[in-house]
Amino acid sequence: MIRITVNGVTHSVEPAGTESLLTTLRDRLGLPGSKNACEQGECGSCSVILDGELVCSCLVMAADADGCEIRTVEGITDGATLNTVQQAVLEAGGVQCGFCTPGIVVAATHLFATTPHPGEADIREALAGNICRCTGYGSIVRALTALAGEES
Amino acid sequence: MTTLVRAEVAGGVGVSVVRPDGIPKVKGEFAFSSDLSAEGMLWGATVRSPHPHARIVSIDVVPALAIPGVRTVLTQDDVPGRRHFGLERPDQPVLADGEVCFWGQPVAVVAADNRETARRGAAEVVVQYEVLEPVVDPREAERAGSTFRTIEIRNGDPDAHGEVVVEAEYEVGMQDQAPLGTESGLAIPDGAGGVDLFISTQWLHADHAQVAESLGMHADQVRLHNAGVGGAFGSREDISLQIHLCLLALRTGRPVKMVYDRAESFVGHVHRHPARMRYRHEADRDGTLVRVEAHLLLDGGAYASTSSAVLANACYFAVGPYRVRSVHVDGAAARTNNPTAGAMRGFGAPQPCFGYESQMDRVAAALGMDPVELRLKNALGTGDRLATTNQLIVGSLPTREVIESVAAMPLPDPGGSDDPRRLPGGTGLTTPPSAVKRGIGFAVGIKNLAFSEGFDDFAEIRAVLTPDGLELHTAACENGQGMVTVVEQIGRTASGMERVTVVFDDTSRIGSAGSSSASRQTQMTGGAALRAAEAVRDQALLRVGGDRLDDDGVWRGDELVASLADLLAGDPIEHLERFHHPPTSRPDGRGRGDIHAGYVVAAHRAVVDVDTELGLVRVVRIDTAQDVGKAINPQAVIGQIEGGIMQGVGLAVMEEIVLDRGVMKNASF
Repeated sequence: MIRITVNGVTHSVEPAGTESLLTTLRDRLGLPGSKNACEQGECGSCSVILDGELVCSCLVMAADADGCEIRTVEGITDGATLNTVQQAVLEAGGVQCGFCTPGIVVAATHLFATTPHPGEADIREALAGNICRCTGYGSIVRALTALAGEES
Repeated sequence: MTTLVRAEVAGGVGVSVVRPDGIPKVKGEFAFSSDLSAEGMLWGATVRSPHPHARIVSIDVVPALAIPGVRTVLTQDDVPGRRHFGLERPDQPVLADGEVCFWGQPVAVVAADNRETARRGAAEVVVQYEVLEPVVDPREAERAGSTFRTIEIRNGDPDAHGEVVVEAEYEVGMQDQAPLGTESGLAIPDGAGGVDLFISTQWLHADHAQVAESLGMHADQVRLHNAGVGGAFGSREDISLQIHLCLLALRTGRPVKMVYDRAESFVGHVHRHPARMRYRHEADRDGTLVRVEAHLLLDGGAYASTSSAVLANACYFAVGPYRVRSVHVDGAAARTNNPTAGAMRGFGAPQPCFGYESQMDRVAAALGMDPVELRLKNALGTGDRLATTNQLIVGSLPTREVIESVAAMPLPDPGGSDDPRRLPGGTGLTTPPSAVKRGIGFAVGIKNLAFSEGFDDFAEIRAVLTPDGLELHTAACENGQGMVTVVEQIGRTASGMERVTVVFDDTSRIGSAGSSSASRQTQMTGGAALRAAEAVRDQALLRVGGDRLDDDGVWRGDELVASLADLLAGDPIEHLERFHHPPTSRPDGRGRGDIHAGYVVAAHRAVVDVDTELGLVRVVRIDTAQDVGKAINPQAVIGQIEGGIMQGVGLAVMEEIVLDRGVMKNASF
């Protein structure tokens, strides 16, 4: 039995053996926003913030997250409104199929929370762990670069 | 009765409307097929062949069934209907039938209480194989006459020859579509012997027909529903787990879900055809292309899939968007024991493009001519005939214009960046910057729109006027490309209403929309939406004698003559439209005819830095001009162009599925 706090709510769960945090979130806690696209830590679709660090939840054993605070895409805002990253990516056409989008939203939100005025190179570096097969990244980088300009 | 409302509707044709599923997608609330669940649901898993070619001696399912939580294991003998499926011909067994013909071919499927137990069950199915020698070289297959299709094109003056001759061979490797969402779906028995399948696919009705055939059921006992699609790029045109899911659900009487993992996805769908191409170009001294001879060999892998149509594209576009006096093309799609090849973005057009455009550069070099000038000199346009099929080009084909547009774009500043992230090889570059050279490449490509060669290609849509707005019911698949957005935009402009919503109907409620592929849904489902929305508008205006429709109702001048609720009280207004593009024909015996419904042409210029010591490359920039017709949603068009370019860059510099005697060595990102 482990205790994890997800989006401010504490859960006691019993993950099976080497079960990943991603599986726990999706299949036990009913939070399917974090996506499973590779289970290899390559694509970033399962990105969550774990005690302030951006991680691939598919590479974290749920048991290792015992006592941790986790924020998923479902808890990145109050749920009713979009944050500035979500709004910018949406309006710039940075969403096509949308499977990578939750991971990109989490990674970019983490970047803006930890790096005050990210430049384009910082944005590309921060998203280097997120694969998008639809957009070619152009619209996403443009959205976030413009957002960084507005917020600086 | 028509009304000039087109410029007045917000969110209509020509503006960059935000996609209707965008907000749920950025919030993580959009339900993809892998996010579905149902009460009492089981999980499925697939037993796959570890050999590219083998005879199945025996299958023992007892050890798998002995695992607590494993509910059933099914093999070929459990397929009640047609034991094979396939888009062009049903040649692939639903589950291996005494023989496996490619590495990873499904042999059995398992349903269990959860995903891990299903996987363990699959691992415990004991299959004895007698390993056979695989055919892995498509040249060997072609020599043996083992092909899915061969095409011979002879057009123009057979005796025409040019003054300069350039010959070379080219190869293109196997590429995976790699959409972010892997194959997944959920099948639910309906309690009356039938089944509902919620599935991410590119063509709901083509899946439906194949599923019903293999289940041995009437079409109305099987209903397929669009579920959220995590990208496709051709990978979802063929059946993967659709039939397996329904078989498991019907056998167990419980909902069954399957989600392939990434490695399984790589073997679970078809890929871009690897190609071997021999070219001989002949030109006159002034740069006029006189003769092109090409031999194109595609590796179709183990089963037919869409090899026949992919080969057709490769052959018809074998010389590119150029005028040529004499064309000889021989093409073959070989049957081997490599993974099956089929649809991937470009569908046979990208492979020859690498060949003919490399040839154009070599011809230019042989003539001492500017390679862009050579292309302009031979550029094909409206009023010309396609050099292969001899089809008259009646629609738009601005080859010259796209070339000139790209050539006129400014080049980026010359290299010399101090930022190591901007060098070939990135921060790990060990070569002195002086050894990094910049090269510029130019290429032009052509492809057909929609289905060709006489295929009965149509899309159905039902427009329903409700008090809350206009609904456009369709079975078209939204893969991420933005079909849902452009269809709503077309509906707005056609009807005059802002409140227009695409409603996804299952296969029992609407006819086929055709495939979400071949660059066809904006034209086809969009075309159906246009006519259906106009028909509904006209019915509404006629009913109360109005001259304009909007969200409030029908207007005559400044007077609202009927609200939508009043208009529709008692008698609904709807219209079912089936849209066809102009008919096409089968080729004659020499590959000629009115094969295509339309074309697109694009020019690209690549600026690439090359580390001449280590061979590392960095793509600095790609410039492009493309014939997109009317941009219904400019932002979405740019998104398609950028995404397509990035997949092309991937094919050129990063992506290749490596096969070792039929076994995939790198089935992952």
